[in-house]
Amino acid sequence: MKWIVSLEDMPEQTHLTVGGKGAALAFLAKSGFVIPKTLCVTADSYDYFITRTGLRERILLELSRKDYNDMRWEEIWDASLRIRSMFLTQQIPEDLSTQLHQALSSWHSNEAVVVRSSASDEDASATSFAGLHESYVNIHGVESIIEHVKLVWASLWSDAALLYRQEIGLDADKSRMAVIVQKLISGQSSGVVFSTNPTDPSQLVMESIYGLNQGLVDGLLEPDRWLVDRSNLRILSHTEAHREKMLVPAELGTKVEPLSKEKTSKPPLSREDVLKVADLAMRAEKVFGQPQDVEWTIKDGKLIVLQSRPVTMLEPSRGEDERTWYLSLRRSFESLKNLRRKIEHELIPAMVREAEHMAGQNLKTLSDEALSKEIGRRKAVESKWNAIYWEEYIPFAHGVRLFGQFYNDTVRPIDPYEFVGLLGATEMESLARNRMLEEMASMVRSNRQLEEQLVNGEYLSADQSFLDLLHRFIEQFGDLSCAVTGVVQCSQGPEGLLRLVREMAAHPAQQVSTNSKEIESLKNGFLNRFSDEKRLLAEELLDLARASYRLRDDDNIKLARIEAQKLTAIQEAESRIMEKGLDKVAPGLADEISASGRTAVSSPITPTHEAGMDDEKVKPRQLRGQPAGPGIARGPARIIKDAADLLAFKHGEVLICDAVDPNMTFVVPLAAAIVERRGGMLIHGAIIAREYGLPCVTGLSGVIDLIKTGDLVTVDGFLGVVTVGSAELK
Amino acid sequence: MHENTRYVEETIRKLFQIQKLGVLSTQNSGQPYASLVAFVADEELAHLYFATARTTRKYHNLETDPRVAMLMDSRSNLDSDIHEAVAVTAIGTASEIRGQDKSHGVNFYLSKHPYLQDFVRAESCALIRIAVKTYYLVSRFQQVMELHIS
Repeated sequence: MKWIVSLEDMPEQTHLTVGGKGAALAFLAKSGFVIPKTLCVTADSYDYFITRTGLRERILLELSRKDYNDMRWEEIWDASLRIRSMFLTQQIPEDLSTQLHQALSSWHSNEAVVVRSSASDEDASATSFAGLHESYVNIHGVESIIEHVKLVWASLWSDAALLYRQEIGLDADKSRMAVIVQKLISGQSSGVVFSTNPTDPSQLVMESIYGLNQGLVDGLLEPDRWLVDRSNLRILSHTEAHREKMLVPAELGTKVEPLSKEKTSKPPLSREDVLKVADLAMRAEKVFGQPQDVEWTIKDGKLIVLQSRPVTMLEPSRGEDERTWYLSLRRSFESLKNLRRKIEHELIPAMVREAEHMAGQNLKTLSDEALSKEIGRRKAVESKWNAIYWEEYIPFAHGVRLFGQFYNDTVRPIDPYEFVGLLGATEMESLARNRMLEEMASMVRSNRQLEEQLVNGEYLSADQSFLDLLHRFIEQFGDLSCAVTGVVQCSQGPEGLLRLVREMAAHPAQQVSTNSKEIESLKNGFLNRFSDEKRLLAEELLDLARASYRLRDDDNIKLARIEAQKLTAIQEAESRIMEKGLDKVAPGLADEISASGRTAVSSPITPTHEAGMDDEKVKPRQLRGQPAGPGIARGPARIIKDAADLLAFKHGEVLICDAVDPNMTFVVPLAAAIVERRGGMLIHGAIIAREYGLPCVTGLSGVIDLIKTGDLVTVDGFLGVVTVGSAELK
Repeated sequence: MHENTRYVEETIRKLFQIQKLGVLSTQNSGQPYASLVAFVADEELAHLYFATARTTRKYHNLETDPRVAMLMDSRSNLDSDIHEAVAVTAIGTASEIRGQDKSHGVNFYLSKHPYLQDFVRAESCALIRIAVKTYYLVSRFQQVMELHIS
């Protein structure tokens, strides 16, 4: 078993030991191609590391938490983050560490290196899924190289790799990862060439940029593109890029720099260069006996091969499913900053204006025809904002993930979600709504007469200041009987809302638990690790993450206001039909209502769901999910299946639902804990639970059918476990 | 039948097919006691059977308190047991099968453990039947489901 091998020794090793990339590089060197100085940390090292430290079983335990098919993408991302954190915080066993240090110290003379993945599973078809694993450019020093080797090992379990686990044959028991350590060649131009164009086998295709190749493979820069006839190496076409920037080595890692004026107007490859690269590709195809996808760079006129792998002639199926969309959510810092500007300065203000404009319209003055048209218009407005929600707001949520990874890489906390503590104390709309509710509850708490008036259903005779607050609340958030913020009429009156206020008033106020001093100290602990430029980057990333975290909640409430305006128009139509009769209103009006999936007259609120597994012999005792908010709490379960169930919520109950929406979280100040079927650490239920310091467990498959309202449940938010019933055996 | 019930019953049946031994818990004057026994379960999962010599401590314990718990699992003494192993705890009440029922019980027991025929047919050996009240199925490290039999 060899833990680290030089390029000269690599050809003697199997594909399983040095991985696909390593084997290809060794073969290229043997065949006379120029490649950078290279070393391979073998897959045996990976194997030894995960076996000796118990990491293998920890990974398996993480991945067996629930059936893969029941895991949402968010849960896959969470699992991947936790596994990454395991690698980051796990020390390498001393014997392996000593060997790595010795080998790297004698090989490495403090030159910058690239640390690349070389997975053993990479076969011809799997290699086409490029970008599943990580590579790190411009790494200095033995310690840092070893730390990056660990990160590359961890990337065997990246979220993308987990998503494509079937295609790449990812198997927690067998999969291994070798790591290539290569001297960094900072070439003037770099690129990728396909010796056979997958869409036209008579051509070869190459793309090139100025500077480091990472700028191209990471999709940061637009490349120039050439098509070349394979039969006579004649250039068929050259598509010029809008050349502006290049990627260069920075003090740590890489940075994007503007191109000189001269370079912006000159392609990165001359005609001779193109022919040289084409010739290289043809030779690589010949020695490997199949079409190759070759990465290369040109330094001082010398063409150097960085890596080569087989081209699959058919595009993998990733274009055909939604995983591509999910992976497109991984945005760069720059792209997220631009997105934030657009969202905060254009989209959100426009969304608010649109909702306010609709709210300001007096629907009563419209004729039936005009109302029917208005309903149609509001539906279109809602669809437009729904599309924007998916296209712009959801990708922006990636800001939290980007920060999380940065935080974990630099701080290496034991709890991979420590960074979430830094995101709190942000001003979320759902919390502003809950504060207004608490304000009403506090008025009731201190005013016996008001309490009696509410108990007797005489809220109209209540104190004017209370009524003003009530009206302001309903105007802003609706009477809470609809699943949508701002709909006033779902229960034909504020009784449900007042019942909730009374329930809150009967118990001491539940305050948001976020402690600004703790957050400040966590923040300082984080920022003080950096100086100068890096500190500025850390501050910017944190600021972006906070905006991203806040928007994740607020966008739902703002979107709900748009939806509420559509519902208000539909309710106006419904009341006209009730009043005049179906045959007396314009025909278009009833059509608009039925097209909205509603009957002409809205159905009354359905009673609270009590259905469970009563008739079954099987009952849950302990359900395992993800820990999403620390703490332990016990209380009767309240299963929420629709908005009406929320109004029956009582103090001390455990909120159990399929998926918490920010429009539902007004009951959270009454709850003892939150349990959600949908999984994830950064979902709404988890966010608000943390704000109130409530235990929270997410990702429990089938929980709303397994547990029934009234069951005694204990929520362990440290371990992610929900226990049903008491410990006594009856 | 509800999907959950089917899943739990099937998992328990599968385990009982591959596992021959279980750990029996008895108690005497508040002192718990554990013993390894060869068991067999009936088709309905309503009863578990095992054989023991009447001179044993477990037999003595059962005479004073017939309430038992029994653990059956699929562990293989590897790290992977932590995420892969399935364990079932049964609780119920034990009683000795005597008289005419015994011969039928012994045949049923030997159908799974034919090598124990000399042992189980010995004069001093008792065949014990546990009437199971509830099974607790543990899988995926911490997922626990209850199957109520009676």
